Amino acid sequence: MVKLRIDGIDIEALEGMAILEAARLKGIDIPALCYHPKLSPYGGCRLCIVEIKGMPRPVTACTTTVSEGMEVRTTSPYIERLRKTNLDLLLSDHPYDCMVCQKAGECDLQDLAYQYGIREPRFKGERRIYTKRDGNPFIERDMEKCILCGKCVRICDEVQGVSAIDFAYRGLKTKVCPPFERDLDCEFCGQCVMVCPTGSLVGKNWIGKGRARNVGEVNTTCPYCGVGCSLTLHIKDNKIIRVSSKEDSVVNEGMLCAKGRFGYDFVASPDRLKTPLIKRNGRFEPVSWDEALDYISKRLKEIKEKYGPDAIGGLSSARCTNEENYLFQKFMRAAVGTNNIDHCARH
Amino acid sequence: MEKILLRNIENPRSADIKEYIKNGGYKDLLLALKMQPGEIIEEVKRSGLRGRGGSGFPTGLKWEVALRDPKSPKYLICNADEGEPGTFKDRLIMEKNPHLLIEGMIIAGYAIKAEYGYIYLRGEYPYVKKILSRTIKEAYDKGYLGEDIMGRGVKFHIKLYQGAGAYICGEETALIESIEGKRGQPRIKPPFPASTGVWGMPSVVNNVETLSNIPYIIEIGATAYLKIGTPECPGPKLYCVSGHVKRPGVYELPMGTTLREIIYTHAGGVRDGKRLKAVIPGGISTPILPPQNIDCTMDFVNMPRYGSALGSGAIIVMDETVCLLKVCERALRFFAHESCGKCTPCRIGTKRMLETIQRILRGAERDEDIESLLELGSVMDAASFCPLGQTAPNLVISTINHFREEFESHIKEGRCPS
Repeated sequence: MVKLRIDGIDIEALEGMAILEAARLKGIDIPALCYHPKLSPYGGCRLCIVEIKGMPRPVTACTTTVSEGMEVRTTSPYIERLRKTNLDLLLSDHPYDCMVCQKAGECDLQDLAYQYGIREPRFKGERRIYTKRDGNPFIERDMEKCILCGKCVRICDEVQGVSAIDFAYRGLKTKVCPPFERDLDCEFCGQCVMVCPTGSLVGKNWIGKGRARNVGEVNTTCPYCGVGCSLTLHIKDNKIIRVSSKEDSVVNEGMLCAKGRFGYDFVASPDRLKTPLIKRNGRFEPVSWDEALDYISKRLKEIKEKYGPDAIGGLSSARCTNEENYLFQKFMRAAVGTNNIDHCARH
Repeated sequence: MEKILLRNIENPRSADIKEYIKNGGYKDLLLALKMQPGEIIEEVKRSGLRGRGGSGFPTGLKWEVALRDPKSPKYLICNADEGEPGTFKDRLIMEKNPHLLIEGMIIAGYAIKAEYGYIYLRGEYPYVKKILSRTIKEAYDKGYLGEDIMGRGVKFHIKLYQGAGAYICGEETALIESIEGKRGQPRIKPPFPASTGVWGMPSVVNNVETLSNIPYIIEIGATAYLKIGTPECPGPKLYCVSGHVKRPGVYELPMGTTLREIIYTHAGGVRDGKRLKAVIPGGISTPILPPQNIDCTMDFVNMPRYGSALGSGAIIVMDETVCLLKVCERALRFFAHESCGKCTPCRIGTKRMLETIQRILRGAERDEDIESLLELGSVMDAASFCPLGQTAPNLVISTINHFREEFESHIKEGRCPS
């Protein structure tokens, strides 16, 4: 353990921990846009600058590790002036369209502008203008709103292991994009959307569906597969308008896949099956579960008696849990008496 | 002063290995290979040699850190990404005396126990690439490079790597990223390259001029070397003089020669009988000096006392006809273009400073523009990630400090006084 002082408060922190992390443990908030606990430190936004006694210039709290006896000041008129001008610069290269931005109310940049009272930037100048053209079905990418924190680039590379995007160009023209600026064509896990601090990356089907007001949250488990990721459904007027996952969830720590994050429209689909169906006279008819199970049981017995158990095969689904899959093979082997059992994930 | 780095360069065949050997080349390598690595480092430390790339870090100390690091393999990297505008000294060494650099690299590699060296060559020097490729081949053919150098059982290989034309890749960690095939952006320091450099291994990054000093230090020894230059900054220094002087060029002089002597005695003074207006002493990332400050001694220790820095020794001399706002505008266009885009103050700050100066030059200025420039400059200096952004405002801020009336004249009268 390392003992240090942050804003006059004695703190014990683990060796190798960044000042920012040590400060947050004690509830000392340092503004930061490019920091994420899962990702390698970057030091790009420069908002988390702090003063350390004995050091000639400010350092970033996200890239500087704690050391014994260190005395840190996270705020002072000098530091706040640097932060405000720095934030001003970010805002000077950002479209002022919070009124229609999907991210309003949940935007880290907007929050900081609010906190520092920047109604309009002092240092106005050229702003990046990009034509929106992203042919992918899931992720809306508005690179004019990008503050180049690089969290999307890092989570895609370091956590998801896909590396679908990286920085291109340099200086003010620096831009996050897929190779050769083609449309995004990845596995669409949306981890980049999760970590984006601004409205640069949002789900396409979230847009215009509702702001944070009057939106309820329901925590549930993803029905798509046996992993059992935690989901948070964002509900407005009894409709799911977005799906996210909390970063403190145990199983998936906020990570989702394309299905869990974006594939929720089946819930309200008119084609969705809600009851079992039995085909009678060439047409499927809705029936109760009791009736369906009785019918299955009766027919399995008849078939087994007439043709033997190996005339029956079972195919299970990746959407079932491990336990359900175990039970299903047990049922096929012990109750039906056949080894004809398979699973969709095997193919 | 006897020429050390530029020895024999008047000879049109000076780059040829035969000429180099005829003039005593590669003798120092044999001397070095008979010493222990630790002894060489001790000698370099005692010589007081400081890195000639611009920061002036003690070379021997850097080597020692790399040698003592338990990780291996270790690498030696020659920073030949000479990008600071106004600088053209490394080019001259590589063009005219490339074997001196190679000899210095082999000695340095042996001293830090590196078996592989890289030369990271500036993208804009394609013709130097041809020369260096031939030089390296000649050295291999003569057995100065390879698996068993001069039969002493020492191994050292050099790989030539050319950048793609980015100023930022002269910053040592961005250079390392570039060698690794990544985007040229600076890394977080610490860890420093001497412990965690290319491929995560201990790496010494030295400038071309620094490495070219090594054979001479081995040849005459640290004690004799210390007699050249100043006690704090010994050795010869290549000064690149450009701009409005009678004889622009590279001058090899003892470290600590005064700026006045360099401009007036060696470069022949201001041309066309004009008055001296200002001097940028160490490349455009160093603060500008007015004529009353040119008695400064050009070395790493004294220049800060005169409000500037030695930088790469790129002296840009400007006469009375020069509009300093236009100079600032040109410099900022360079920095805004070369900013890697990683951090906010540099990426957007360089652009906003440039726009402010352009606005003043257009006559569409606002009274608060000077204050805006000072504020942007202080934020970039204090909060930028790497020295590119930290030093980009130096020229503008120092010009405001020394020549404020020129800014005010532009703003109030809409015209340039010069």
